[in-house]
Amino acid sequence: MATAISATSSGQSRAALREPLWVKVIVFTLGIGFLGLFLVLPLVAVFTEALREGVKAYFASFRDPAALAAIRLTLVATAIAVPLNLVFGLAASWAIAKFEFRGKSVLITLIDLPFAVSPVISGLIFVLLFGLQGWLGPWLRAHDIQIIFAVPGIVLATVFVTFPFVARELIPLMQEQGNDEEQAALLLGASGWQTFWRVTLPNVKWALLYGVILSTARAMGEFGAVSVVSGHVRGKTNTIPLHVEILYNEYNFVAAFAVASLLALLALATLALKIALEWKIQAARPSLEPTAVEG
Amino acid sequence: MRNLFKRHSVLPGFGLTLGWTLTYLSLIVLIPLTGLFLRTTTMTWSDFVETVTSPRVMASYRLTFGASFLAAVINSVFGLLLAWTLVRYQFPGKRFIDAIVDLPFALPTAVSGIALTTLYAPNGWLGQWLEPLGIHAAFSPLGVLIALTFIGLPFVVRTVQPALEELEAEAEEAAASLGANRLQTFYYVVLPALLPAMITGFALSFARALGEYGSVVFISGNKPMVTEITSLLIITKLEQYDYAGATALAVVMLVASFFILLAINAVQWWFSRAALQGV
Repeated sequence: MATAISATSSGQSRAALREPLWVKVIVFTLGIGFLGLFLVLPLVAVFTEALREGVKAYFASFRDPAALAAIRLTLVATAIAVPLNLVFGLAASWAIAKFEFRGKSVLITLIDLPFAVSPVISGLIFVLLFGLQGWLGPWLRAHDIQIIFAVPGIVLATVFVTFPFVARELIPLMQEQGNDEEQAALLLGASGWQTFWRVTLPNVKWALLYGVILSTARAMGEFGAVSVVSGHVRGKTNTIPLHVEILYNEYNFVAAFAVASLLALLALATLALKIALEWKIQAARPSLEPTAVEG
Repeated sequence: MRNLFKRHSVLPGFGLTLGWTLTYLSLIVLIPLTGLFLRTTTMTWSDFVETVTSPRVMASYRLTFGASFLAAVINSVFGLLLAWTLVRYQFPGKRFIDAIVDLPFALPTAVSGIALTTLYAPNGWLGQWLEPLGIHAAFSPLGVLIALTFIGLPFVVRTVQPALEELEAEAEEAAASLGANRLQTFYYVVLPALLPAMITGFALSFARALGEYGSVVFISGNKPMVTEITSLLIITKLEQYDYAGATALAVVMLVASFFILLAINAVQWWFSRAALQGV
């Protein structure tokens, strides 16, 4: 807040610490205008298009069995992927933050790897493993197991794209917190599990929740990776975003935007929760900067 | 043997947690990614080169890399303006605006894709004004640029914002007391201090745009040679059961994004070293 400290004596140096009003107005208008044009307007468009033919048409879009099946599949994939990555995040952060061992920084880099892989490639790697012409394709076919173009493929792709979220929230926080409290608990006779449940977990609960919220949002909204492995079987292997795509390509715009508005509401709820949690985490630890998240 | 690898600690659970971490990491991430690279070994080198340099593929690189680069440039400029506004100016609704910046992170790409298409289609809210001017926004390379700009903006704002907050007021005061005007202070004092963050934000936005799929496929129209991005071409090849071709393109894109991440690290290392030496 440099402008607040600009109470210097000479008028010239004050001018040098502040932009002239017309510059401020231009900077503000361009910055906020760009945000309005590129971010707010698309968001408004989602809800306007969804309600174009009234509230009745809007809610009718959710009575379609295919839409309900898509919602169910998205919830199933999320309900499997998020807990798996939560357990992984806890294990990884315990090993990395509480112990000193060789190759730690390499391990942290490898955990972040899925963020560097684009959505389409994230789906492709599982097609190459489990698809008909994949490494395990012939074996899976002989045993009548279908992974690609079926629910297991969608779950795998979802697990992959949300893989680092919880771990990358927990690792820096637990490294910062150190081992003192755990050592004290052990010294006082607590078992390893007791120490974990009563000391470590309460210390990281907000960051943990933050990671879970981010991975839930991503799991429900993932499009590219899931699109590659899904096969788009209506009512069977379509998640909510894939159902939106199909409706849109069928020119069923009201239904497409109605279902999309569900995801948009989820995004808004995520943003609101994110702010509340960042505030909570920061209040608990003033030195901690919340990390930006690539989605 | 174990002591060479790990320092002694009284805390339990190292074997269990590290074992699970490595197993899960291998199953979900490492083995599938290795499979991708191994797959390319089923192609001969000349086949590989022919696949990744065919005219349709080259056209997709030009579009993907060109539009991603331009989008990152646009985001660097407007991201700086937005970060400046959010850090330096007080205005009502600031917290709300600040939260909205993260929207492209939170909004599923398919939703942003159809929303942008509807806005910029010839009869859309914005498209109807652009069309008489001869500007075809949707279903053209410009549409790809719009979508990539949308998804890349938060990367620049969220890297520049903390750098701007940490900027010491003293440096600007010193410049001012030495007789610099506001433009000179900004150009010689503020901008160099923000440069590392801006380069990082630019590169993150660029890297994200290279792999983007969902928000682009609706607005681009997907015309081969004109508005077909590389991610879409990978899917097209997969749908034709050309696994080798899809893999070859994926490897090219992965290596490209790997080099960008490497460049980001190099830039940050170089700047932090320069800062330590007082340059």
